[in-house]
Amino acid sequence: MSETVLTLENVETYYGKIHALRGISLSVKQGQIVTLLGANGAGKSTTLRTVSGLVRCAKGRVIFLGKDITRIDPHHIVRRGLIQVPEGRRIFKGMSIQENLELGSFTLKDDAERRRRMARVFDIFPILEQRRNQDASLLSGGEQQMLAMGRGLMTDPKLLLLDEPSMGLAPFLVQEIMRIIRRLNEDGVTILLVEQNAKVALKLADYGYVLETGRIVMESDAASLQQDERIIKAYLGT
Amino acid sequence: MSTLDILLQQLANGLILGSFYSLVALGYTMVYGIIMLLNFAHGDIYMVGAFLGLAILTTIGSVLGFGWGGILAAMCCSMIITGLLGVLIQRVAYVPMLSAPRLSILITALAVSMVLYNGAMAITDGEYRAFTVDLGFEGIEMGAVFITYTQVALVLATAVLMVTLYLFVHRTMWGKAMRAIAIDKDACRLMGINVNAVIALTFFVGSALAAAAGVMAGVYYGSIHFFMGFVIGLKAFTSAVIGGIGSIPGAMLGGLVLGLLEAFGTQIPFIGSEWKDVFAFAILILLLVFRPTGILGKTEIERM
Ligand SMILES: Nc1ncnc2c1ncn2[C@@H]1O[C@H](COP(=O)(O)OP(=O)(O)OP(=O)(O)O)[C@@H](O)[C@H]1O
Ligand SMILES: [Mg+2]
Repeated sequence: MSETVLTLENVETYYGKIHALRGISLSVKQGQIVTLLGANGAGKSTTLRTVSGLVRCAKGRVIFLGKDITRIDPHHIVRRGLIQVPEGRRIFKGMSIQENLELGSFTLKDDAERRRRMARVFDIFPILEQRRNQDASLLSGGEQQMLAMGRGLMTDPKLLLLDEPSMGLAPFLVQEIMRIIRRLNEDGVTILLVEQNAKVALKLADYGYVLETGRIVMESDAASLQQDERIIKAYLGT
Repeated sequence: MSTLDILLQQLANGLILGSFYSLVALGYTMVYGIIMLLNFAHGDIYMVGAFLGLAILTTIGSVLGFGWGGILAAMCCSMIITGLLGVLIQRVAYVPMLSAPRLSILITALAVSMVLYNGAMAITDGEYRAFTVDLGFEGIEMGAVFITYTQVALVLATAVLMVTLYLFVHRTMWGKAMRAIAIDKDACRLMGINVNAVIALTFFVGSALAAAAGVMAGVYYGSIHFFMGFVIGLKAFTSAVIGGIGSIPGAMLGGLVLGLLEAFGTQIPFIGSEWKDVFAFAILILLLVFRPTGILGKTEIERM
């Protein structure tokens, strides 16, 4: 049996009075790609934000590598190797591409190691190396996504949370991003992938959860989800 | 004096004045950049820095003397203590207000300003204090223009502080984090950056720079008083707006521009030096009307 990296136990999260998560339980095992599917407003981002500690859950527990991280500050969670690439990229516009990447390795003291990791990111995303001294705001949408992922990789994650990496990208770029996610996974990074694009996500994933208005309404291995009538109707189109 | 001499003399005066404005404006702009707070107490921090500097100089002067050595030591000590005071104020007064409506934290800043101002008034009995130093009156003579070495040293010290700050925010990880949290705090948290610690550091740096300016102003004018922070607070705010609030190079530039404009403004016929504050604030109003983003202020760039 492979080790469980992340477990959510009955997590409930509120925004003021809005009950965004109504008891989420899920788990991600070592080496897996797990996908979290759902329509707009289902609570996918809130789930990731709760895991990263950006919002606090009112009930339930988040366990990462056997340790309870429910009440731990976001910057300490990152130090343990749990990295999120947030929805909408959130790169630092007004700073150079290189500076964006360096900030990804903020927790690192060793400059030589920082250069090694940057070299690895440039190996995965060569476009970033060519434009390293440019302002990040000059990148196209797809390149910004690559920068956001590269920045996340600078921390050397054990678990990578990706929030809608395909959002707003042309189909060939979506394929490119998915190819990179697979490559990262083959390099040993466990991945929790949030997507609205169920088709590509299920092709990549080992296991999937379907979220509706703050609840998990379905879960299964990706292959059976792809065959499921309800999924086909609601998320895969005809 | 020839016209050229007058211009040269005003250039020197403007640079000194501008140095003080710039140093104080930096704290204004950095704090605004990261938490959108117009820190009204910042001028008073400058005043406290000056008094701390004087107290330290008086204490260590018997050992280190009242020359450059003693002044430099007193300035550094005052910068550190005032910086820590800035952090303390931030922790006690501002952190609890960060999630409250913007107006609440603004009112808190006014309250902090009053505490410092009235506290200093009580401690000093509301009197001027002589800032006694022993620097001599030598200088550089250029025709009718005379610039003391003290003036040169103050401008150089300001330049050194600014270059240091610039290198800090562009070359070190903590400096880069400071710029990044001005852009996106949650994204910084996801990078493992302790945002509260970076905010505290920003207050430390801003307050320390204000203290440096306060000590320099004491050295330059020869006396300090509890209300010295009020007008310079407004002027530094004006400088920050001129340069583009939130922008570090903008604050440096804005302070110098304002200092020079004021100095030269006194030479316009019928506008004597008593009009220089009117002049400064008229510039602020004109700027807010015609270029509210300031000289180096950014316009938002968004690309999907
Ligand atoms: N900051 C917030 N304040 C109040 N309500 C919020 C906030 N963020 C999200 N919500 C609400 O919480 C619910 C879940 O939002 P969430 O962003 O997690 O959805 P999502 O599944 O990520 O949707 P999308 O696909 O559009 O990104 C929604 O009803 C949303 O309106
Ligand atoms: Mg979302």
